Amino acid sequence: MIHAEGLTREFRVGKETVQAVRGLNLDVQEGELVAFLGPNGAGKSTSLRMLTTLLVPTSGTATVAGFDVVADPASVRQRIGYVGQGHGAADDQQVRDEVVTQGRIYGMSRTDAAARTDELIDSLELTSLAKRKASTLSGGQRRRLDVAIGMVHAPRLLFLDEPSTGLDPQSRANLWEHLVRLREQHGTTIFLTTHYLEEADAMAERVLVIDEGRVIADGSPEELKAGMAGDLITIGTSSPADASRAAMVAGRLDSPREITIDGSTVRLRTVGGATALPGLLRALDAVDVNAVSAEVKRPTLDDVFLELTGRSLRDAGDIVADSIKPTQTAQTLEVAS
Amino acid sequence: MMLANHTGIVLGRQLRPMSRDPFTLIFGVLQPIVFLALYGPLLVGMTGAGGESPWQWFVPGIIVMVSLFGTSVAGAYLLEELRVGSFERFLVTPLDRSSLLIGRALKEVVPLTLQAILIVAIVTPFGFQLHPIGVIVGLLILGTFGIGLGALSHSLAMAVKRQEYLFWLVQQTLLFPLLLLSGILLPLDFAPGWLQTLSRLNPLTYVVEAERALFAGDFAEPSIVVGAAVAVGLAIVGLAVGTRMMRRAAA
Repeated sequence: MIHAEGLTREFRVGKETVQAVRGLNLDVQEGELVAFLGPNGAGKSTSLRMLTTLLVPTSGTATVAGFDVVADPASVRQRIGYVGQGHGAADDQQVRDEVVTQGRIYGMSRTDAAARTDELIDSLELTSLAKRKASTLSGGQRRRLDVAIGMVHAPRLLFLDEPSTGLDPQSRANLWEHLVRLREQHGTTIFLTTHYLEEADAMAERVLVIDEGRVIADGSPEELKAGMAGDLITIGTSSPADASRAAMVAGRLDSPREITIDGSTVRLRTVGGATALPGLLRALDAVDVNAVSAEVKRPTLDDVFLELTGRSLRDAGDIVADSIKPTQTAQTLEVAS
Repeated sequence: MMLANHTGIVLGRQLRPMSRDPFTLIFGVLQPIVFLALYGPLLVGMTGAGGESPWQWFVPGIIVMVSLFGTSVAGAYLLEELRVGSFERFLVTPLDRSSLLIGRALKEVVPLTLQAILIVAIVTPFGFQLHPIGVIVGLLILGTFGIGLGALSHSLAMAVKRQEYLFWLVQQTLLFPLLLLSGILLPLDFAPGWLQTLSRLNPLTYVVEAERALFAGDFAEPSIVVGAAVAVGLAIVGLAVGTRMMRRAAA
């Protein structure tokens, strides 16, 4: 569905040339749900804009929905749907009107466009808002309208650029419900960018981690996490001496990594943390180390990013994290000591 | 055919908010009546060349002026759509690029044409000599000129990159010299030589002259052909610049 080879894009900012995308290679099969994950400025949107014919690549080639984005952009445009970072509907336009217009643009007859619009706005729960001006909609409603506009011609491939940015968690979950259902109904291939770690983790079947214009990891969230980071086991003991003995015991596990001692706490990463923990606790008991707390944390995509780049994705850009995981660890430690 | 079809879709979309809210349309179209009511009394007592009604000279000018104001601000609506993101959506569709500019400019031309017809209808009982074919051809030329000016206005909107004040600054700075140098409001026959030279460099001058000839029924006037050529030329330049800017606007 998407094939890109050595796609690059440079921008001139004053006298400097900024390389936004440096050699993107990409293959997306029909029916996949792929998320481009990376900090702001990593080149996600620029890549998406090249694939959707909005930007001409500086070099490299891309075939989208069977056609070359540079040689035959019109054929690409006819076959893809696009939901941009902004909104598809203008403020002063009515909800239904904008969707019908979009259908007409793709060559649908007035009747077909109207029928398809009514079906779409019904399934996206917008029917009661059909005659409202777009400016009066809430953020979540307006995003669903954007999706309706992007889907009106039932494209085989839908691009979404940061679809859930600025939405509250409820609207985001609601948007995803709709996207997942539309995908089930039509088998649409979905390619989206996001800087929400949790979103990429939970929704995407395949995540491409992008940083500084390059794809640095590619796989399902599970694969990435299993392959890259491993589970984090945190054992609280009653004294620093116990902690260092615990670290030695932990060193005898199957595949321990990054064992660190922090006061009376030991942390280590290992594959299959949940199954390793009971054995570890028994082993600690056997050498009279008093474990007062134990925690297994599944790795996050942030751990993957950290492993790959040495930076946390949360620090790399203004990542909006809606979990409080880092501080949770700190609290556990306090209780333990 | 594709271009006409796409232009129709774009025009239809642009007109829809107005047609859904006819009050703004009626109010907008009626504006020239206010203008005529306030301007007309100033002309009473004046006589046009050869003793004809002063309306004969002023009406074409007024119509060109109304259309100049209307189409030169067309890009302002685009500023809004660039900000929201709704213009970008069209760039990812198979929509013909020119149709985006033509359709959007025609959205201004349609109410302006209604206004022009209204103005002519009002002044005809007051001594204005109606030459229907001249008016129709005149409005066609003006519409073509409007497409060009509208396209340039859209180009300006794309060039200022969301700095709205810059759009208005440039638009106002250009509008008034164009207006004064075209002889719309006052004849330039007695202007100093340098002003007349500047006036000859102003494309609008030729359109105004063509409109005056057409509204007066002087179909043999060569200024008509010149004015029509200027209008077509501006439309071609406007659309060329506009489609170029569109390619850059996506960056």
